[in-house]
Order: sequence, then structure tokens, then C-alpha cells
Amino acid sequence: MWIYEKKLQYPVRVSKCDPRMAKYLLEAYGGADGELAAALRYLNQRYSIPDKVIGLLTDIGTEEFAHLEMIATMFYKLTKDCTPQQLEAAGLGSHYVAHDRAIFYKDASGNPFTATYIQAKGDPIADLYEDIAAEEKARATYQWLIDLTDDVDLQDSLKFLREREVIHSQRFREAVEILKFESDRKQVF
Amino acid sequence: MKENENLKMDDNYYKCLRRLQEIDFVLLDLSIYLDTHPFDQQAVAQLNQYSQERQILYKEYEKCYGPLYEFGRSFSKYPWEWPKTPWPWQV
Repeated sequence: MWIYEKKLQYPVRVSKCDPRMAKYLLEAYGGADGELAAALRYLNQRYSIPDKVIGLLTDIGTEEFAHLEMIATMFYKLTKDCTPQQLEAAGLGSHYVAHDRAIFYKDASGNPFTATYIQAKGDPIADLYEDIAAEEKARATYQWLIDLTDDVDLQDSLKFLREREVIHSQRFREAVEILKFESDRKQVF
Repeated sequence: MKENENLKMDDNYYKCLRRLQEIDFVLLDLSIYLDTHPFDQQAVAQLNQYSQERQILYKEYEKCYGPLYEFGRSFSKYPWEWPKTPWPWQV
């Protein structure tokens, strides 16, 4: 069960209409290393992971949905006052034809989201290593997005998301150590 | 269809919202920390203390700016308030 909370995890402000950045932000929305992939990956892995790690996957998976909402809010605010001509000039002409200004689950190049981005191997170490890699790739994506804009308001929200990826990666690394410790202990007697 | 967008929220709204976001961030980050450090007694105490503070902040916010939660986790005035207060991307 999930309960919706009518607020963002962290404020999202943008300084201007900017369809160019809106297009790039789709990478963090429906891209291979995006927030949708992260949320679906972690929540789905929970059912086959040892009990000691289920809480972590539940909490981080839930937080990823809050991040997804932040990215959607950025896209919404960056495009809501754009003309079709501005969208087209920013490379969102085909997006406009298919979706108007609606956001959709695809990456910055327009590839639709696919479950092939994620895995649940049923092997706890394999799954957690994938999760660590996912966090590092998402962190890098946020850095490249920050590098592409001079909008300090947008940068502020993106920096928050970048830092969260660092924390998540750290926690997943700790989870690996917890499981390794457990399996060593079992072999002792 | 986009009526909520014309709602002008006052400065106090953003201040109250920010305070909620701050305390909720403490609680979220502490929770995720505790998921891998379950024996950190100080962190558990800190989480419980902030959790108590949060209940007061939420009640204050909802009294001024309406329900934050669905499914009866928040009270509503008449008429039904849930769709009338702005959505997070509209403020």
C-alpha cells in the first residue's frame, strides 16, 4: 500500500521557459538510468531479497517515486509557457506531435521506457551490485544535466537529486556488507 | 481544468511547506540510514523525536492549507477539499 503526500520532496523552481533542458531531463524520467527504472527495479527486487535488505529497498524505491515527481514538475514548469515553435526549435517537435506538452516515459533521445533496463536476478549480491551501479549512473546523469544549464534554480533541485544518488549508493554498499557478513557467519560453525 | 494554477499562495505557505520538507527530509534520511544501521540507538531516538515534532507541523499546515494525504489520513472541510488545493507542480 502507498499513500500519496500532496507535496514535493524538495522544492522545484525554474527561472525560465526552457524546452531544451526539458528534453534532456527526460533521460532522468524514462531513461535507462532514470527514476522510473530505479523505483520499479528496487520495489520489484524486494520479494526475493533477504529480510535484512527489504526495508532498504522499500524505502529507497519509495523515495525514487518522489524524485520522479520532481523531474515531472521540472518538465512541466519548463514547457508550460512554450509555443509549439519553441518546442520544435529545442528538438521537441516530434514530442509535441505525439504528446503536446504532456510528459511521457521515454529518454532524452525519444526511446520509450522498457523493462529491459532493469533486472531482478533472484541473487541478492547480483541485484545489489546492479542497484549500486544504477545509483552511480544516475548520479553521473544529474552531473551532466547540471553542466548543461545555467539556471541556478534548476541546478539547485538537480544537485539535491545528485546527492541523494550518492546516499543511496552508500546504503546499497552497506547492504552488500551486511549480506556478506551474514553468509560468512553461517559458514563458521 | 487548470483552475488551481491561478491560485496565489502567500509567503507563509512557502515557509510552512519548506519547514515540512526539511523535517521530512531528516526523517527520510534517518530512516534509510537506520535500514543499514539498526543498532544505532541515538539515531532511533532522534527519529522518534523528529517524528513527534512533525505531527505538530503537519497539523498546523493542514489547518491553513488543506489536506496533505488521501484516503482519510487528513480531515476535510466541506466541500471535499482534496482536489481544490494546489498540486505540487502547480506551486
